[in-house]
Amino acid sequence: MEMLNIKINGQDYTVEKNTTILEACHQFGIKIPTLCYLKDINEIGACRMCLCEVKGARSLVAACVYPIDREGTEIFTNTPEIRQNRKTTLELLLSNHDKKCLSCPRSDNCELQTLCLEYGVDETKFVGAETHYEEDHSTLHLVRNNNKCILCRRCVAACKEQFVGVIGPVNRGFDTAIGCAFDKELGEVSCVSCGQCTVVCPTGALVENDNTAAVFKALADPTKHVVVHTAPSIRATLGECFGMPIGSLVTGKMVSALRMLGFDKVFDTNFGADLTIMEEGTEFIQRVKNGGVLPMITSCSPGWVKFAEHYYPDLLPHLSTCKSPQQMQGAMIKSYYAEKAGIDPHDIVVVSVMPCVAKKFEITRDDQGRDGMQDNDISISTRELAKMIKTAGIQFTDLPDGDFDPIMAIGSGAGTIFGATGGVMEAALRTVADVLTGEDLKQIDYNEVRGTDGIKEATYDVAGMTVKVAVASGLKNAAEILDKVRAGEADYQFIEIMCCPGGCVNGGGQPIQPGHVRNFVDLKALRAKALYQDDLGLPYRKSHDNPEIKAIYDEYLGEPGSHLAHELLHTSYVARKKNIL
Amino acid sequence: MLKKISSLPFQGTPEQEAQLKEVIAKHKDDPGAVMPVLQEAQDIYGYLPLEVQLMIAEGLDVPIDEVYGVATFYSQFALSPKGKYNISVCLGTACYVKGSGDVLNRLSSELGIDAEECTMDGKFSLTACRCIGACGLAPVMTVNDDVYGRLTADEVPSILAKYKDA
Repeated sequence: MEMLNIKINGQDYTVEKNTTILEACHQFGIKIPTLCYLKDINEIGACRMCLCEVKGARSLVAACVYPIDREGTEIFTNTPEIRQNRKTTLELLLSNHDKKCLSCPRSDNCELQTLCLEYGVDETKFVGAETHYEEDHSTLHLVRNNNKCILCRRCVAACKEQFVGVIGPVNRGFDTAIGCAFDKELGEVSCVSCGQCTVVCPTGALVENDNTAAVFKALADPTKHVVVHTAPSIRATLGECFGMPIGSLVTGKMVSALRMLGFDKVFDTNFGADLTIMEEGTEFIQRVKNGGVLPMITSCSPGWVKFAEHYYPDLLPHLSTCKSPQQMQGAMIKSYYAEKAGIDPHDIVVVSVMPCVAKKFEITRDDQGRDGMQDNDISISTRELAKMIKTAGIQFTDLPDGDFDPIMAIGSGAGTIFGATGGVMEAALRTVADVLTGEDLKQIDYNEVRGTDGIKEATYDVAGMTVKVAVASGLKNAAEILDKVRAGEADYQFIEIMCCPGGCVNGGGQPIQPGHVRNFVDLKALRAKALYQDDLGLPYRKSHDNPEIKAIYDEYLGEPGSHLAHELLHTSYVARKKNIL
Repeated sequence: MLKKISSLPFQGTPEQEAQLKEVIAKHKDDPGAVMPVLQEAQDIYGYLPLEVQLMIAEGLDVPIDEVYGVATFYSQFALSPKGKYNISVCLGTACYVKGSGDVLNRLSSELGIDAEECTMDGKFSLTACRCIGACGLAPVMTVNDDVYGRLTADEVPSILAKYKDA
């Protein structure tokens, strides 16, 4: 490794050769402003916010893509000329921006707004084309508002990284906009609803479809019994919305906040995750024993399921027929819980809190719900829950810990790790191994499938049977595995696929961390660590050990895979067109 | 110039489709295949409607948005068919200051189409082009290979009449 002696703002430093100026400055405690830069996926040097001076260079250089390759390089990051350049860049961006910060859903978490404040811009300095774009409300999961778009292309990179690529730059010059081909709306193309574009957008141009008003309305309706359940990963991320460190586990405070918001019952979707394992584990064993379609692929992630339907419809028989934990939990609330509580399920409003915006689409899917009822009525993201808590004036960080409500209060450690890539596989293996051996195995850590690598493979000996598994997160990685399956080159029995890179902890509904944070920390690793810690500390670590799971089978469902279980907990998929629908 | 998406029905033939498939097969493994395939596709069809771009996207296994992005970025690509007579009005600096904008507007109202569009009968299409190097004749327009210089908007109807029945 060749090291170079350099100067930044007159101070001496040593850096590895070919480190970018941006990276080097970060190492030495200097934040260079960026808008378009996203590490690894959008390194295009386009926005010109990161301009710095390199002594001897012809002009200012883009720090995000400028490699330091000469001994003695002298860099300046904060001269009057640089500050003026960056300020002008911002003012030019604002010349064609709607500047409606007061009503913008990203106000106070907008990278453009933050920089404008830091650089003291005059937002009226330049009057640009002031192009007006219609908002795109054509999907259930997000809203596109190009009036706030700064053409940084972070969403384009994220969409392409997901192997979907339904949004991109169209037209040229002043007419350039980020959009779909042939002026189509997002609802008319094969968008998979993952929402990764919303977590990378630096402004309010791409935001989740906000369903909080519907939740507040239900809570205010005395004729409704409003039940909420929270996905595994929410407890590891919600704290970020209240300034807590990334990876803070806030289960108790989250439950307290939900109770204070007025929900009649606060349930844990980890219970639904455990139920998924019971059904999916059983389905896997049956497929192996009965010569069913293998490899079996998990079906918990609605973005992944929609991707499969659009892009790999020929592989749909490989998908487990199990509904996702969200849908299983909702179905059980409106059947098992409703019966036990003596409430007409039509009077129950089920609200799910999810790390995901594709869940907003999933709740409306065909072949889910029954008797004209959806399994879940409203699905909100981590971000929307945080917004509700703030609106209600609840001081989240000061809250005492609350407990989930029976009869869906308990989730095993296996349920909690559903939120991270590899978690569903590990949870399933914990149960499948016990079922097949008939023992209570003590070695339940499947370390090979943990970690944030996009693709993981492992081979396990499960009760004398060799099980080869693959785990992929992020649809680009999923596609790599699926191409092998399609070509008949894969010898896996079981595959876990999660739509978002790193799994639900990095889902499209999770708290938005600005570029200068996400470029330098591994969000998905920090958040996943909290879930694996949670797993270690829980009294039950296998889904089938969960006493509430035992109870639901004893009292209601019978056996995993029973007729009733199939009616309530399993579903089907449909082939969909790709590109333009 | 913002490109107009044609609303005219697609009239591609099986022969054209076979030709396009050959082009796609030829370039399939080339890096950056989208642009040469679009060029050859435009040679085959005369323009690049949705149906053609979809075939290219599927054939090259790239998102349709990538194909469309390239097609709308480069001025040589057209999303609208060219008519039997393609009228190009030069909007280069010299022509523009000499009033070619008025000529274009008059053509547009006479033909009932905007720039980058084609009439329903397929007879005329209208293009706003950049400098064609005939500044001495400004303002200039061309109808296929015929050049008309030192124009005024009032001359437009009589020029169009020559081609209407041709």
